[in-house]
Amino acid sequence: MRIYLRVAWLSCRRYATYRAATVAGAFTNTVFGFIRAYVLLAVWHARPHLGGYDATDAVTYCFLGQSLIMVLAIFGGELDLAERVRTGDIGIDLYRPVDFQAWWYAGDLGRGLYQVLVRGLPPFIVGALVFRLRLPRSPGLWLAFAVAVLLALSVSFALRYLIALTTFWIVDNRGIETLGGVAAMFFSGMLLPLVMFPGWLGSTARALPWAAMVQVPADVFLGKHGGDALIDVLGWQLAWVVALFVAGRVMTRVAARHLAVSGG
Amino acid sequence: MVDALRGYALVASAWARAAAQYRVSLSTMIFSTLLITGLDFVEILIVFANTHRLAGFTVAQVAFLYGVAATCLGLADLLIGSIERLGERIRDGSFDAMLVRPIPALALAAADRFSVRRVGKLIQSIAILCWALAALDLGMTLERVGLLVLMLASGTVIFLAVFVVGAAFQFVAPGGRETMNAFTYGGGYLTQFPLAIYGRHLVQLVTFVIPLGFINWYPALQFLRAPDPLHLPAALHYLSPAVAALLVLVALGAWTTGLRRYRSTGS
Amino acid sequence: MAIIEMTDIAKSFVVRRRSTGWRRHRREVWAVDGLSLSVEPGEFLGFIGPNGAGKSTTVKMLTGILVPTSGRLRVAGVDPVRDRRRLASRMGVVFGQRTTLWWDLPLQESFELLRQMYRVPTQRFRDNLTRCSDLLDLHQLMPVPVRELSLGQRMRGELTAALLHEPDVLYLDEPTIGLDVVSKLAVREFLAELNRDRGTTILLTTHDLDDIERLCPRIAVVDHGKLIYDGPLVELRARLSGERTMTIEFAGAAPEISGPGIRAARIAASRLQLTLSNEANVPALTAQLVGRGDVVDLAIGEPDIEEVVRRLYVASKP
Repeated sequence: MRIYLRVAWLSCRRYATYRAATVAGAFTNTVFGFIRAYVLLAVWHARPHLGGYDATDAVTYCFLGQSLIMVLAIFGGELDLAERVRTGDIGIDLYRPVDFQAWWYAGDLGRGLYQVLVRGLPPFIVGALVFRLRLPRSPGLWLAFAVAVLLALSVSFALRYLIALTTFWIVDNRGIETLGGVAAMFFSGMLLPLVMFPGWLGSTARALPWAAMVQVPADVFLGKHGGDALIDVLGWQLAWVVALFVAGRVMTRVAARHLAVSGG
Repeated sequence: MVDALRGYALVASAWARAAAQYRVSLSTMIFSTLLITGLDFVEILIVFANTHRLAGFTVAQVAFLYGVAATCLGLADLLIGSIERLGERIRDGSFDAMLVRPIPALALAAADRFSVRRVGKLIQSIAILCWALAALDLGMTLERVGLLVLMLASGTVIFLAVFVVGAAFQFVAPGGRETMNAFTYGGGYLTQFPLAIYGRHLVQLVTFVIPLGFINWYPALQFLRAPDPLHLPAALHYLSPAVAALLVLVALGAWTTGLRRYRSTGS
Repeated sequence: MAIIEMTDIAKSFVVRRRSTGWRRHRREVWAVDGLSLSVEPGEFLGFIGPNGAGKSTTVKMLTGILVPTSGRLRVAGVDPVRDRRRLASRMGVVFGQRTTLWWDLPLQESFELLRQMYRVPTQRFRDNLTRCSDLLDLHQLMPVPVRELSLGQRMRGELTAALLHEPDVLYLDEPTIGLDVVSKLAVREFLAELNRDRGTTILLTTHDLDDIERLCPRIAVVDHGKLIYDGPLVELRARLSGERTMTIEFAGAAPEISGPGIRAARIAASRLQLTLSNEANVPALTAQLVGRGDVVDLAIGEPDIEEVVRRLYVASKP
C-alpha cells in the first residue's frame, strides 16, 4: 500500500515542476470560463429554468467544468503508458512486483491532486469573484462533492487507461486518443451542461460513463441531489468505476499475453 | 517583402509535399480535425435546440458569425499557426538555424512545419458559412459580396497579427505558448457568438484593446442589417480594414522588437 | 583585405540566478571579453578552448545570430548585425548538435529547397551537389528523410547543405562530435580539399585535437572569453614542454621506475602514472617495461585540449 502512496506523491511532485505551464493553463481555463459563462447566461435569459437549473446554477456549472478540465484530463493523455509501450520500456513495467493498473492509478491520483490545487482552484475563484456562484451550504455536501470528484477522476483514469492499452495492438493510437478526447469533451458535459442536450441525445449522454466526469460532480455541488438521491448518484459513478476498472484488468492481462507472444 | 513571401512559399510547399506522401494518414487527419472543430458548431446547435434567439439573434445569424470567425481563424491558423511553437524552437536551438538564412526569420518561422491537416477546420467553417448564407436568404447585392470579402480578408489579417504578437511574446517568455492560445483560440471562440451576450467590460476589451470584434461582429451588423443591441456608433461597422492594417503594424513592431531582444540576450 | 575582422569584440549576458529565498541575483557574465581576430581569405582556422570559453558565442556573433555588446565586426565587408540576410548568402554554417536541415523531408528535398532559397543557378547547383555527393558518399541517402539518418550520415548532409551556394566562409561548430571513425575521416578529407582547391575560408570549432592537427595550420585558443593564443599549432606544442602521461598496470606491486625526464607517481598498489617530458627516452622505457613481463596494461596519453589550454592559461598569467 505504501508503495502506491509513494507513486502518487512522486507523480504529484513531478507535475509541480511544470509550474509556468500550469499557471498559463489556469489562465486559459479562466478565459474560456468567462466566455462560456456569458453564453450560458444568454441561454438562461431566454429559458430561465432550463433543465431545472437557474442562471446561477449554470454559471457555477460552467466554472466547475473549467476547473475540472485538467484535473480529469478531459482531453485525454497524461499517462506515459502509451509512450512506454511504443518505446518498449513497458516490458520492465509488466514484470514489476506491483499491480500494474494500481500503479498507474496511483500516479494519476497524484497528478489529479496537484492539479486540483493549482489548475482547479484559480479559475473557480476568479469566477466566484466576478460572478455570483452557488456554493454548497453544508459540509456534508462538500464532502460528497470531494467523493464525486474522486470517482470522476477514477472513471476518467479507467477510460484513458483502456485507450492507452490499445497501443499494444495499434502502435499509433493517436486516432483513438483523439476520439476519446472528443467524446469526453462532449459527453462529460464540459462544453455544455447535459441538461441542455435535447431529447434522446440528452438521455443517452446521461447514461454514458463520461457523464460521471463533470455532470455528476457538478450536480452534487449544486445540491441537485438530496439524501437518498445523492447516495444513488454516487453509487452510479462507483458502478462505472468498478465496471471500467474490471475491463481494464481484463485488458491488461490480454495485453501482457499479447506482449509475451509477439515480443517487445 | 518579396524574399519573405518567396521563402514562405518554398518552405510551406516543401512541408505540404512531405505530408502528401502519407495520403491515407493525411485524409484521416483532415477528417478528424474537421470533426473536432465541428464540435464548436454542434455546441451552437444545442444552444439553439433550447432557444429560438440568442440575445435577439437567430441560429442562421449566429451561424453566419461563426462561419466568418471560424473561417478567418482557420485560414490564419493554416497560414501561420506553426509560429505558436516559436518558444520550443528557441529552446531546442532550431530557431538559430532560421537566422542564418537569407530569408526573413518571420517567414521561415511562419512556414515551419506547415500543416495541411489544418485545412479540415477551414472546410468545416466554409461549409457552415455557406449554409448560413443560404438560410439567411438575404439579397446578395454587390455591396454585400464586397462586404463579405472584406470581412474575411480583414478578419484573417487580424488573426494573423494576433498570432505574430503571440509569437513575439515568446521571445521574452519562451513558455508563453499556452497564454497565447488563450488569446488566439479563446478569441476565436468568443467571436462565434454575438458580442451582445458579453458584459460591457469584455465588449470594450475586444473592441478597443484586442480588437477581435472587428473580425465579424461589427461588419456583420452592417451585413445583416441588424440593429445593434449595444447601441454603439455605426462608424464601427466600417473600421475592419483600418483595424487590420493597424494591427499589422503593431505585429511587425512586436516581432522586430522581440527579435532584436533575442539577438541581444541569446537564449 | 581580411575576410573576418573582429576588433575588441565583447559580449555580456545577464544571468539571473534564483538563489536561496526570494531574492534573485543578477550577474553580468562576459562570455566574450575583448576578442580581436583577423582572418584572411582562404585560411583554415581552428578555434579551440574549454567548455564555456566563448567559442559558440563568438561563432553566433560572426553568423549574425547574436549581436555583440561592443566592438567592431565585419565579415566579407558586411556588418552581421545590420546586414544579416545579405551576409547569409555568403556564408555556410554547420552546427554539431543541431540541424539546419528539415527533419521530416528527404535529404534531396532539403537540398532542393536550399537551392531555391539561395537562388543558386541550376547547373552550378548540380555540379556542387554531385561533387559533394561523390566525396561524401551521399547518393544512396538522397531519398531518405533526415530524421532517419545516422549522425554521421546527417553530418555529411549538413556539410553539403552548407556548401551548395558556394559560400566564401564556412563555420563548423563541433562537426565531428559523436561521429564514427569512417565519417570523421571523410569529413576531414572533404574539408581539407575544400580549403585547398576552392579556397573557402574555414573556421572550425572543435574539441578534437586530431581534427586540429590534421587540418588547421593556425589555431586560436580561447579561454574565459579572451584570446590566449593565436598562431600555428606546432609552435604551441613546442612551447608547452610536450609532456605526456603513461599509465601502467602491473600484475603485482608496482615497482620503482626512474630515469631522465620521468616523474613517477603511484596511483594504486599496482598502478603507476609516469609523466614524461621531452628528455625521456620512451623506446628504452617501453623496452624495459615489456622486458619485465608483469605489465598487464599500458596506456599513453597526449595532453588533451583542456590540459593544453590550462597550461597555456597558467603560462599567460603575469
